[in-house]
Parts: sequence; structure tokens; C-alpha cells
Amino acid sequence: MFEDLTRKLDHVLKKIKGQGKLSEKNIADSLREVRKVLLEADVNYKVAKEFVKSVQEKSLGQAVLKSITPGQQIVKIIYDELTRLMGQSTASLRFANIPPTIFMATGLQGSGKTTFVGKLALYLRGQKHSPLMVAADIYRPAAIDQLKTIGKQLNIPVFSEDGKNPIQICWDSIQQARQNGNDVVIFDTAGRLHIDENMMKELSEIKEKTKPHNIFFVADGMTGQDAVKAATEFNNWLAYDGVVLTKMDGDARGGAALSIKAVTGKPIMFVGMGEKFNTLEQFHPDRMASRILGMGDVISLVEKAQIAVSEEESRRMEEAIRKKRLTFDDFLQQLRQIKKMGPLEQIIGMIPGLGASPLGKANVDEKALVKVEAIIQSMTREERRNPRLLNGNRKRRIARGSGTTVQDVNRLISQFNQMQKLMKRFSKGGKRSMRGVLGGNYPF
Amino acid sequence: MALFGKLRSGLTKTRTGILGRIKEAVTGKKTLDEETLDAIEEILITSDIGVETVMELLERLRKRARIKGEDETAEIQDIMRQELKSVLSDQVERSASDEKSFFNPGVTPFVIMVVGVNGTGKTTTIGKLAHRFRKEGKSVIIAAGDTFRAGASEQLNIWAERSGSDFVRHQAGADPGAVVFDALNAAVARRKDVLIVDTAGRLHTKVNLMEELKKIRRVMTKLIPEAPHETLLVLDATTGQNSIRQAEQFRDIVGLTGIVLTKLDGTAKGGVVLTILKELGIPVKFIGLGEGIEDLAAFDLNTFIDALFSENNQT
Repeated sequence: MFEDLTRKLDHVLKKIKGQGKLSEKNIADSLREVRKVLLEADVNYKVAKEFVKSVQEKSLGQAVLKSITPGQQIVKIIYDELTRLMGQSTASLRFANIPPTIFMATGLQGSGKTTFVGKLALYLRGQKHSPLMVAADIYRPAAIDQLKTIGKQLNIPVFSEDGKNPIQICWDSIQQARQNGNDVVIFDTAGRLHIDENMMKELSEIKEKTKPHNIFFVADGMTGQDAVKAATEFNNWLAYDGVVLTKMDGDARGGAALSIKAVTGKPIMFVGMGEKFNTLEQFHPDRMASRILGMGDVISLVEKAQIAVSEEESRRMEEAIRKKRLTFDDFLQQLRQIKKMGPLEQIIGMIPGLGASPLGKANVDEKALVKVEAIIQSMTREERRNPRLLNGNRKRRIARGSGTTVQDVNRLISQFNQMQKLMKRFSKGGKRSMRGVLGGNYPF
Repeated sequence: MALFGKLRSGLTKTRTGILGRIKEAVTGKKTLDEETLDAIEEILITSDIGVETVMELLERLRKRARIKGEDETAEIQDIMRQELKSVLSDQVERSASDEKSFFNPGVTPFVIMVVGVNGTGKTTTIGKLAHRFRKEGKSVIIAAGDTFRAGASEQLNIWAERSGSDFVRHQAGADPGAVVFDALNAAVARRKDVLIVDTAGRLHTKVNLMEELKKIRRVMTKLIPEAPHETLLVLDATTGQNSIRQAEQFRDIVGLTGIVLTKLDGTAKGGVVLTILKELGIPVKFIGLGEGIEDLAAFDLNTFIDALFSENNQT
């Protein structure tokens, strides 16, 4: 996400970054560009204007112009302002003293509420909660079926009632949660327009009656200038606790993320990063700011690696490195670890310097990894341990066996050799632990 | 006439949005000074008209201001309309969509494929389209090509029933190509006039999913070389500048014959239409104005621009 914004900002900032001296005019010109980039990313007009104004004011301070690296200083100011704009700190969920804790998802049609409810339920179950999802959308055809299907997929119970109104359904679900020992209840409400008074009234009645601990406004990450208006209206009716941005795994936007917080003052709590249910991420404003500016997000990357790679696996990898002998089995294992960390495009965005590079923009073909896997699996055990065995005959056999070409096999072998070299360098470096996931040279 | 009323009330929001604010901005001003231009810029940008289009428009306004010198604000709306039309001049004719012939195509089965990102309103649009064809006395079959999203085919089935259309589905997770193959065969065997194919919502950046669309197309072409006769992209009117990317990607990968712009009842915008026409030249064929089965209207650029900038509710 944010690739486009990142790339364009990077382009603008490159111009000032390197400058030894900056005049007021330099700065003003660059900031005009920055403003245009923000507008193209759907940042709200007023927010963009204020953003630029405040960066400008800070940049014109003596400290910046006199510093040795004025360009860098400005980038720093932009980073700080971006972080401020998106909220200073990571917001956290509120839990009830006496369960169940009640969550409520609201938003416009098609913003992705139902999918979010599924993701949130899965996320909370991962934290040892026992969620109950509640089908309170009685209007859209088959909305209840959709939630039930998700429930079946995730093996999470769904509460629904025929012939009742949403307020009653939500109320009843809490009683059921108490009976069945669910400590978390999540309402999936119907999508509605912020100008539809009757429907908005329904939401505030649900709120009155059930007193949810966390109300979310679910917003499509691709929304344009209108995002702010809908977000404000919903906030007026509900005074929600936080915002969820969905469909953030596509390209070119993020403006909504920047604007909603600025206008409503409500923190962005989660970001939806894909259609699979394990793609809900907590929102970290500082990390996001650094990702937008193309500075990468190493903290998230390491966290992901820690979740995906077990202690034992990483110990084995260190062993291999120390022995200075890497086998194709190790290679395959690393590959699988990376895959566990999530979609590649997402991971690349977190690596410093790559977000704005052609790599960050490239459509990463996950199939290339499948190919590599197939090639390695078509090798004999002996070949995997001792790649030098691989002669023309064997390569041909492997290519046939894996449905690839000899060129593919060769490419993999040369990548493997490069990695081998890298490993040697690491092991020479001595005791520095390498988690096995950050140093690879992969075919993307 | 009920439909016309809907269209008007839907567009009124778009209209008062831009028009009302421009009027406010120029009230009391004699000339188009920078301050006024800034205000106009804000109004246009916040209507989701593309940044490039707005810049171009402002440049033209600036030039005119220099030539004419005074009293332009009185005719500002006039100027805006002229300029917008000239920015879009190539598109005005092309986009005059002929509703009558769309619903009476003269080919059977007439195959329509509906594509778009998640949550734009594809399924609802298909329900409305099917209903319109039925009203024209056509027999319709709907194919549940979205085998991915939970509950998608149930939702579509309800629309098929409401519109009195046949419905072809496979179980969840099935190959959408296979669904389409069966649906096409069924359309031919049952001598249906129209086949509308739903597809799963997909972000335009997902290579694999976009490839899948190509495959669905290939399957169609095998049975009927000209199919699909129409490929419609459903765009959410509240989406911002990203709409351009969506339109571009879908056009490049599956080829588009038109756009359906949905959720125009809730937004005071619609400016994105202008950008899409200008930058991509893909005609907008229909607009969605609500959740009811009747809430679909043909799109006409001239009327749209006039409605955006006209002073009175003369429509």
C-alpha cells in the first residue's frame, strides 16, 4: 500500500534531500509538489493544505536553513508531521471488566464490514478470546449467509435471528454470549449511507441499548475526498472509537488514512491487507509514516519474521551458517518462512529503500516462488545436499520433473550460489545471529 | 417517470455540491483573482475531479481572466461549462450512450461480463440490469461467476429471483471459468436473449486474479467468438483518484466497453467521471442511484455537465 504516494514523494524529496543550501523559494516549490502528490493520493484538500502550511512554517525556521543538511531536515519534518497527522501512538482496544466485550462494525455499503468482522474475530481468537459474530445486517440480500459461511470457514460461531430487528438481534446475542461463554461479541451491521437518517438512527439505537466497548467505522481505503464527510457524519451519530481502513493491499492511495484521523480525531486502529482472514494488521502511525516516505518498516518486518519463524528453525539455520554449508533444503525452508510472513508485496514495502524502488512497484509474482519450490522438490536428496552434482543431464531431468526449463533451474542455482557466498560473509562476521530471513537473495 | 425523479434527486446532490459552492466562492467578486481561483480549485478537487484535469481547467480559466479582465465572475458557470466541455470535447459524442439499443442489442445470446474491485456494487448492478432487460421483454440468464466471496451466489440468486431471470451456479470455490462455460451453454440451449456474468471482486493489482478474468474471457470466446459483447466495469463513485487506476488496469487486461458508476445517491461527487472520460476515454454507460431494482439510469455527459453547472433545476 501507499506505493504510489511513496514513489512520488520520494521523487519530490530527492530534489531537496541532496541540496546543500535551500532558499525559501526552493522549499515553497517543493512543498507545492508535495501538496499535489498528496491531493493525487486522495488526501483531503483541507488536510493537505494545512499539512503543507505547517511543514512550511517549520522548515523556514533558522535551524533548518542553517543546518548542514537542510534537505534531510525537511524530510524529518515531513515525517514528524505525517506521524502527527495519523495519530501519535498506536491505539489499543478496550476490554470490559465483566465479559462479554462488545465490538460493533459500522460503515458505508461495500466498505468491507463483514470481511472485517471475520478478520477481527480471528484476530481476537488468536489472543485467546472466544468470539461470537452477530449478523445484524438484515437488509442486504444474503448478508447473513455471508457471515455464516465465514463462521463455518473460521470455525467461529455466528448469531442470527429471523424476523427480528437489528437492535433486538444485537441485544439477544449478548445474552447468548453469556450463556455460551463467549467473552467477545462482534456486531456486523448493515452498510448505510451517512445521509440516511433512519438507518443512522438504527445504529445509535443499537449503541444505546448495548453500550459497545469498541465501535469501529470501517472505511474503504480507496475512498476519495468524500471519505472525510462520511467519517464525520458517522462520528456525529455514534462517536465511534476507531477507524478501520480496508482494501489497503491495492495501489495508489492512503489519502483516506491521512485525512480521517486529522478531521475526526479518531485513531486508525486496523488496516485490512487482503482477502484472506489473517490479513488484519494493527495500525502504527510512526511505522506507516516511514513506509510512506520510503524509509521502510523494519520493526513490522522483524515482528512478522518472529511470528513466522520458530525458535528451532532459526537455530537450525544458524547452525547451517556456522558450518558454512548451505543446502537446497535450507533454501527451501527459508522460502517457506518468507511465505508464511504474508504476501510478498507487503513484505517488500517494509524493507527500507525498496518501497519506492522499481521492486516496490513491481507486481511480485508469487508463482515464481512456487516454481522454485517445484524445482527443489524435483531434486534428489543427494543433489540438494551437494549442488555440485548438478550436471546438464540432471538439470534436464529436474526441469522436466518440475515443469520448468533448464534456464529456470540454472537461474535458481546461480541465486543459490550467491546466497552461499553471502552466508560465508555472515559466518565470517562471527557470532552475529541471523534469523535466517533477512539476508536471502530471492528470485523476486 | 419515477426513474427520472431518482436521477434528478441523485444528481441534485452532485450539482448543489459543485455549483452551490462555486457560486458562493465567486459572490461579490469582480475578477478571477488568485484567491478566487484557489477557492474554485478546492471545490473541483473535493469533487474528486482528477488533479491533472483541475490544473488544466484552472490554467484555462487563468488565461481567460487575463484576456477578459473584468466581470468574468458573472458568467463563471458559463465559462466553467464551456471549458469542461472543451476539455472533454472528444468524449461528448462518444459517451452519448444509446439506452434503447443497449437493451435491444439484436444478438442472442447477448453476453455481458461485469467486473470490478471488491464492494463496488457489481451484484446489485447485475440485478438492476437484468430487471431492465426483463422489462424490455428479454429473457435473461445470470451466471454466478463469483465463487470466492462467502454468500455471493446467494445474494445474486435473490436478484435473479426478483428480476425473474434464470440462474446458473456451481458450489463455492468452483472454477469461475466452468460456471461461465455452463451458463453460456445453457443460454444457447434455452434460447435466452441475454447472459449476464458476475465475477468476483478483485483489486486491480492482483496479477493472478486479473489473469483469471482473462481466462473467463477465453472460455467465452471459445463458445461464442464475439463474447462478451459488453464488458462493464463497476466503479464506486465515492472512490477517489484510484478509480483511474482501476479503469486503466481492467481496460488493459480484459478490455472494457463501458463503466457503471454506482452509489451516486450518497455522494456529492461524481467528478471522477470527468477524469475517466478525459484520461481514458471509456464511456460511462449507466449510473447507480440506490439499492432498489429500478435505481439505474443511462448516463449522458451533456446532461451531466449541464446538471453540474446549471443554475436552476430545469431538468
